[in-house]
Amino acid sequence: MALDDTKKARVFKVVGTRPDRPDGIDKVTGRARFGADMVAPGMLTGRVLRSPHAHARIVRIDTSKAEALAGVKAVVTRADFGAVPDHVADILDNCMAGDKALYDGHAVAAVAASSAAVARKALKLIEVEYEVLPHVTDVDAAMQPGAPVLHEGRQQETVPEGLSPNVIARSEFGHGDIEAGLKQADRVIERTYRTAATHQGYIEPHACLATMSSDGQGDLWVCTQGHYMVRNTCAAILGIEQGQLRVTASEIGGGFGGKTTVFLEPVALMLARKSGRPVKMVMSRSEVLRATGPTSSTSIDVKIGMTKDGKITAGFAELRYQGGAYPGSPVDMGAMSGFAPYDLENVKTVGWDVVTNRPKAAAYRAPGAPMAAFAIESAIDEAAKGFGLDPLEVRLMNGADEGTKSSYGPTYPAIGLKATLEAAKSHPHWTAPLGENQGRGVACGFWFNFGGDTCVSLNITPDGTVTVSEGNPDIGGSRASMTMMAAEELGIPYDQVRTIIADTGALGQNDVTDGSRVTFAVGLATIKAAQAAKQEMCRRAAMVWGIDEEAVEWENGAARPAGPNAGKFPPMTIKEIAAVASNTGGPIAGHHEVMAEGAGVSFATHMVDVEVDPDTGATKILRYTVFQDAGKAVHPSYVEGQFQGGAVQGIGWALNEEYIYGEDGILQNAGFLDYRIPVASDLPMIDTVILEIPNPGHPYGVRGVGETSIVPPLAAIANAVSAAAGVRMTQLPMSPPRVLAAIQGKATA
Amino acid sequence: MVEVLLWGSLAESAEGQRKVAVEAATLRELLDGLGERFPGLRPELERGVSVSIDGRVYNDSWFTPIRPDSEVVLLKRLKGG
Repeated sequence: MALDDTKKARVFKVVGTRPDRPDGIDKVTGRARFGADMVAPGMLTGRVLRSPHAHARIVRIDTSKAEALAGVKAVVTRADFGAVPDHVADILDNCMAGDKALYDGHAVAAVAASSAAVARKALKLIEVEYEVLPHVTDVDAAMQPGAPVLHEGRQQETVPEGLSPNVIARSEFGHGDIEAGLKQADRVIERTYRTAATHQGYIEPHACLATMSSDGQGDLWVCTQGHYMVRNTCAAILGIEQGQLRVTASEIGGGFGGKTTVFLEPVALMLARKSGRPVKMVMSRSEVLRATGPTSSTSIDVKIGMTKDGKITAGFAELRYQGGAYPGSPVDMGAMSGFAPYDLENVKTVGWDVVTNRPKAAAYRAPGAPMAAFAIESAIDEAAKGFGLDPLEVRLMNGADEGTKSSYGPTYPAIGLKATLEAAKSHPHWTAPLGENQGRGVACGFWFNFGGDTCVSLNITPDGTVTVSEGNPDIGGSRASMTMMAAEELGIPYDQVRTIIADTGALGQNDVTDGSRVTFAVGLATIKAAQAAKQEMCRRAAMVWGIDEEAVEWENGAARPAGPNAGKFPPMTIKEIAAVASNTGGPIAGHHEVMAEGAGVSFATHMVDVEVDPDTGATKILRYTVFQDAGKAVHPSYVEGQFQGGAVQGIGWALNEEYIYGEDGILQNAGFLDYRIPVASDLPMIDTVILEIPNPGHPYGVRGVGETSIVPPLAAIANAVSAAAGVRMTQLPMSPPRVLAAIQGKATA
Repeated sequence: MVEVLLWGSLAESAEGQRKVAVEAATLRELLDGLGERFPGLRPELERGVSVSIDGRVYNDSWFTPIRPDSEVVLLKRLKGG
């Protein structure tokens, strides 16, 4: 049976439809089991003691009183962990502080006790002697030569001499000659922009249940975006072999990048090892905000040159991202992505990775890109409006297309940026009238998208239904998408396939659910696994018919003779083939393992209308439309959901959300009452327009869609607020006091 | 020979060259060749890089073929959320 999945113009039967989600009933009835829902006999409760200081040397920890408390079964400090490989050293230090506490909320000890009340009491009995050190939480302040130093000896060779050791790395991208480009400009916009650190805001806190038996085998139930990553990381930290630790992913109540590393898990396993009992740990919301990974706060200088007819002659940005207490902010991604939507002769970005006394930044949906887009798209908007030009036309004039040399290096294949701009231009939203104190903003965004290690096993049951086993937690509808792609490939109905998330013992390595990779990479593996199963089923049918297997083809869920010369046999359906599988060689399955490469980049254009109250500075989102290239939208409702979710998170980032630190370096708003994410009453219906420019690297043309949608909103909303308020907003969040101050400043200027 | 475009700050570690030529038919040969010819690139290569070959990004597939006329761009390691 010949299979060619790349060249045929395909008419889809299942892909592109909107079936019910397979996890819907479980989620709405409460039957779905999340991280905190698992229990085990003899289970203990784990709790973490956290630093009350932003920066302090840990002089002494005395756990003896806690250990003596009735009901306490284990106490863990860093002394319980041995030396670990370099690649997990910072991760361990973030999970359990070593010599120093590096931020408010940094874990310094943990207990496992018979109840939560005993555990809390035990934490109070742990004596920690701190030597409080000077701290720094602001990125620009941390770069100054005299700033308090978090780490010595971590600076990369890329950093020029003379800068603070807090400056970890420098990177530079681009091409052309910026100064020459600026000379060609009729106008140069030069501004500094700032964004606050924001949290992913997932509703489900981190939670896990760990067991470690006396023979060294461990089991972990955990809420995560990648249980294979959890296995590998914890095994390295605990000094056990990966095969001895089985990790099962729970349902996940949001992650958005924040659950792509470990926080509690190695500690829970160590407590389980020491106590010999199962240990369950669940973070409070305060712990989530204080001690897991928000995104970076940033400070960004932009300089853009534009001719009076709208041609961008040069684009320059210097981006400074603080990534919290350890190296690895996403500044490189911001520096590579900010100008990516445009075809520029002269473009340059410089990125600085800086450490501060804040929790280690974790990935947050297109990590690094939204802040860069905010700065650059704001400057483009200001330059265009300064000439009285249409900001969509300016973006179309300068937009990247197939054959454009991107700002980060590669030449683009077929891409969808201009399709999103054209769709925006022709949408009724663009010409709808605006009222007093109202403004409209547009912005573009780009994201790379990824593939990665992926395994899928597809099993044909004896009754001919199908089970797909994949290794990526379903965070955005992947079970539905895999089910649909398997059904499409096999030619059977959606309800004949069920997709499950297998534990780490069931499949080979699977990379984390991140980088918008799952529908692309796991989908590709699912299609290939289905093709392998089809091939085997054709072979079985050929055996039954007594003809050559090359003379059998698969069509509409059944094996058929490939032509008149193959013989006259009625089609054998998948159910008929499955029913005689034991007679034709045994169970039938298909599987595929791949390092998926070739994920296609994606672009979006966002359009938003706002109204700004001139008396309070409060902003109301009136209307919002997302235009984005999805490659092929497998389940359009989920794609729309991703578009809407990105826009909503961007609205929160733009208008309200921020980590607020006091002079003492302590986080002031570690709860959802004071850290305000958008709620339903803040939002209009987010309208969506799906563009489908197929990705040639996927059999169905799929691109990732989960991250691009959070790239443009900060800038689109800033452009709208600036238009409504009559003053350019350059700092996020555009909270009412900040907008009001800008309006009043304009009035007195 | 394959011509490789280096991102800006890497050029300083490659004798100031933004484009370098390396004898390579696969991704692995390319990365090995770059490290051998320009020892200053090794720290960045060891931290991990991505490579764009004719507009498609590759991270780890050592034996991805590279044609002599391919557009090859060394990128910072790409990672998502």
